[in-house]
Amino acid sequence: MNGLRSFLSRQLHRTSSIGLSALARAITGVRPIWIGSASSERQRIYFANHASHGDFILLSACLPEQERQRTRAVAAADYWGKSRLRRFIAEDMLSSVLIRRDWKEPADNPVNAMLGVLDQGYSLILFPEGTRNMTEDEPLLRFRSGLYNLAMARPRVELVPCWIENMSRVLPKGQFLPVPLLCRVVFGPPIAIGDGEDRLDFLNRAHAALLALRPHRRGDRR
Amino acid sequence: MMRETTLLFLGLGGVLVAASLVSALLAWRSGDPVGPVLVNLNQRIQAWWVMVALIGVAFIFGMTGMTVLFALISFAALREFVTLTHTRRGDHWVLLAMFLAIIPFQYWLVWTAWYGLFTIFIPVYCFLLMPAVTALQGDTERFLERVAAQQWAVMLVVYCVSHVPALLTLEIPGFEGRHLLLVAFLIITVQGSDVLQYVFGKLLGRRSVAPAVSPSKTWEGLVGGVASACLLGAGLSFLTPFTALQAAVVAFAVCLMGFLGGLVASAIKRDQGVKDWGHMIEGHGGMLDRADSLVFAAPVFFHIVRYFWTV
Repeated sequence: MNGLRSFLSRQLHRTSSIGLSALARAITGVRPIWIGSASSERQRIYFANHASHGDFILLSACLPEQERQRTRAVAAADYWGKSRLRRFIAEDMLSSVLIRRDWKEPADNPVNAMLGVLDQGYSLILFPEGTRNMTEDEPLLRFRSGLYNLAMARPRVELVPCWIENMSRVLPKGQFLPVPLLCRVVFGPPIAIGDGEDRLDFLNRAHAALLALRPHRRGDRR
Repeated sequence: MMRETTLLFLGLGGVLVAASLVSALLAWRSGDPVGPVLVNLNQRIQAWWVMVALIGVAFIFGMTGMTVLFALISFAALREFVTLTHTRRGDHWVLLAMFLAIIPFQYWLVWTAWYGLFTIFIPVYCFLLMPAVTALQGDTERFLERVAAQQWAVMLVVYCVSHVPALLTLEIPGFEGRHLLLVAFLIITVQGSDVLQYVFGKLLGRRSVAPAVSPSKTWEGLVGGVASACLLGAGLSFLTPFTALQAAVVAFAVCLMGFLGGLVASAIKRDQGVKDWGHMIEGHGGMLDRADSLVFAAPVFFHIVRYFWTV
């Protein structure tokens, strides 16, 4: 019985992953731009800017099928666990890693949940801003500490910055019908934590590395 | 009509075979590695095979095929255009309406041959209602710029492009049932003129027409391309209700409009700092890189035919 369940859930995840990626490509014509990193089978944490529910689907649509199957997104349990439908979408369809942003007990520490998934061999998609960026003038919010804690605990995992372009225009917060606009995801060179690097210094450097992938004006897009 | 259609597609196939052979020959003569211009030429010719095949399929399905094909072209072009413009969250509903309501409705008007509404739906009703919806959203930041760009987008890539399938609705005495050939005439002369301008420009191009806008558009390319496209148009008069001379004059008008369309598209791209509109068509760029000339030529061609040849 359990075997059947896990088989079905794997199939559900596989099917929705393929279907959603195809849909994302049809609507946005998304193209990955690899600058200083290439798609590879190494274990990675892809960290990206976040302004839309479509971000994770867009980013994973840029990964090769194999890589996509072993990459899971980190999502907020206090949002995605709120209703049965949300939980079904997040956990069963997208196979996301749900973490609690409002943890109190050390046992709920989200870093542990993420490390657990990394230790199973998965790559992660992480949005270090911790929430969707709703400002229209500030391109990237301050990073939370999660990225630093993961980098300290698993220094061999590559940290790849990914700038997601235009998705917030395709599917802004509070909307569920996407406007078809062309999107790109720019994958930058991996960064690594330096010896004895301070938490704030590292987070600032990661922030700058992600921001550097952003086109300065629309003209730098191509 | 069957005879002309067969001749037409045999002719197109022949030209493409010849182009592919020339491209292969050039690549063989240049040896390894093949230069970027030749690689691009080869990609362009391959994309032409696909485009001619798609138009051929649309031909088989007649009016419906053409309407659907050009609605899809409008969709792809609109996506490229809107991507380049500045949009804000308050534009979401207008943008959605452009894709999900304006395109389908405009092409439905074409399909049902509702000429009266077809001509004013976008220039009057969308023109007035789109900014109204945007204003109701309450975000006035860069309002005029956003609204103007949306107007441009639907006028260029929906309204103007929809004039191509609308040719099928014209009532031309003595030309019944052969309208598809008129569409073919327009596409071949305008796109042929683009190709010929490219060829003449690459071979003889010296002086730029508007160096600040597009250095690749030269007087030599323009004159050589348009002149030879007029000859091409005269040769294709058997597809149309025109005499050979009339066909040459009409071809001249649409090729000139096509050139201006390319020039305006270049100016917009330069202003936005991009080289191509997109990446949809290998070697050519985006849909709009290929269709910009047709955008400007289609309404003028439609009006010429409607004024002089319909009852």
